[in-house]
Amino acid sequence: MTLSREKATNIRKVAREVRLDVVRMVHAAACGHPGGPLGMADFMTTLFLEHLNLTAENRLDDDRDRFVLGNGHTCAGYYALLAQKGLISKDTLLSFRKMGSPLQGHPNRNLDLGIDFSTGSLGTGLSVAQGMALGARLNGWDSRVYCTSSDGESQEGQIWEAATSAAHWGLGNLTVMVDFNNIQIDGPMREVMNVRDLEAKYKAFGWHAVTVDGHDVVAVDQALCAAKEVAEQPSAIIAVTTIGKGVSYMEDTSDWHGCAPNDEQLAQALEELSAPVS
Amino acid sequence: MHQLAPLSDGADKFIATRAAYGKALLELGNQHQDVIVLDADLSGSTKTAVFRKAHPDRFFNCGVAESNMMGTAAGLACSGRTVFASSFAMFATGKAWEPIRQTICVPSMNVKICASHAGLTVGEDGKSHQMLEDITLMRVLPNMKVIVPADSVETAEAVRLAYETPGPVYVRLSRASTPVIFGDDYRLELGRGSLLREGSDVCIAACGVELAEALIAADILASRNIEARVVNLACIDPIDVDLIVDSAERCGAILTAEEHQIRGGFGDAVAQAVVRHHPVPMDLVGMDDSFGQSGPAPDLIRHYGLDGASLADRAENLIKRKKR
Repeated sequence: MTLSREKATNIRKVAREVRLDVVRMVHAAACGHPGGPLGMADFMTTLFLEHLNLTAENRLDDDRDRFVLGNGHTCAGYYALLAQKGLISKDTLLSFRKMGSPLQGHPNRNLDLGIDFSTGSLGTGLSVAQGMALGARLNGWDSRVYCTSSDGESQEGQIWEAATSAAHWGLGNLTVMVDFNNIQIDGPMREVMNVRDLEAKYKAFGWHAVTVDGHDVVAVDQALCAAKEVAEQPSAIIAVTTIGKGVSYMEDTSDWHGCAPNDEQLAQALEELSAPVS
Repeated sequence: MHQLAPLSDGADKFIATRAAYGKALLELGNQHQDVIVLDADLSGSTKTAVFRKAHPDRFFNCGVAESNMMGTAAGLACSGRTVFASSFAMFATGKAWEPIRQTICVPSMNVKICASHAGLTVGEDGKSHQMLEDITLMRVLPNMKVIVPADSVETAEAVRLAYETPGPVYVRLSRASTPVIFGDDYRLELGRGSLLREGSDVCIAACGVELAEALIAADILASRNIEARVVNLACIDPIDVDLIVDSAERCGAILTAEEHQIRGGFGDAVAQAVVRHHPVPMDLVGMDDSFGQSGPAPDLIRHYGLDGASLADRAENLIKRKKR
């Protein structure tokens, strides 16, 4: 079923809130990674609002869904979405990356806040996620496990170890969303180390795989719905995005992978992100 | 005072600790439904195949992919399972060290890494397979407990203790058959060593396959009118500081013996306790900044000076350094 117009508009509005929080958080921390979460905001918000069965009430329940942020450096957007879901307070968001904060520079497992696993070292998240999916199946839990990854992370060999085993074990309850923005720290992914056609790669490993426009919330929703219908294969959704989406000077450049805006840049970002949502 | 550990009356019995692991794991799996076992295509060698045959629904072969096995173990532990992950020590702790750190130790997951074929006694496979750095790699990690059992009885105890101890545990196992040292009523406790032989001239502290060599050394020293205390410190992290301090006070000198690099390994762990709490002369027997080579296990032990006779000579030399 296609996402209703009202729901799609709401997702876009929340995604804008997430983007506003991301730039505020990274500015307040004076460091962090704004580019990735700005690019991922549309597909992440679609996942968190329409699919991920995680709430403040069920956060400790066995059969809730699980989420692993494989590309852990993009956690500002993840934390902002947990705040949207009522698991983290808005005040806590501004403690991001500061001493004593539960919102570490890369995610630190904290079930009370809805953070299912610690990540940050690229390549490890998908292994853990498919272990969670295997555990859920063994326990008879009706939970799905969602994991994010990225084109840059796909250069890690461990990703393909996990891709092999998740397909071997037929983990239909596992979905990975790969942020494909063609930008990594040292420059364009195709120049640094081209990972080529990830949809074809995941298919060759035995996965159900599709490529979507990561900013088209209707298409993302459809891909997430379709993944649930695949019973005996894990699913990969390659989400093509623009890094830094919504802030003109951050778009499509590696300069804002891991750099915080100053006061003036923050003001411009907030102004651009405050444009009305269609 | 620490009790003398009961010694086995069947001292002529030889069993590899990996074989004892397979048996103990099967029994643990029979008793506890939460136990899951992973291996990386070496289940016949690590002896997890014994569990696999009895509980195929709770055994997962991860193939030749140790890093992914560790991440899988962490994910399974999130579902409330107690996960045992096995491979050769070289690959389990060497190749997969970073995933162990990030996905098992940082979030303190309930994963037990039980790795076989550690140390020189792998033998003919040679230096690529003789893991001599695993104790260092595991004991340096916060949240990780480290146990190096000396015989089959202590291995069964290590498996029980690993299961009963929440969080990450590393158990180091050997390929070669080794003498059964402990009696059936022996109990291993976390952070507690045991006294096997009393003496006050020198203390030999050992773990794993070197415990039997330490006992041989003590016999040789006795024939030279030197009474050596022999302590077993299978639990390296947390280590029994009380027993080490007591040994330092009583003997005034401590020799450590390990089938491992002395840099960062077992001897280093003992030395830290000695330096911090009761400094006395020490010597460390083990691999001193070199890799091994192919050969029969007993020949390798002798060649690198890890046999009882070599330990006895090193202990005698150490005594000369004691303050009069």
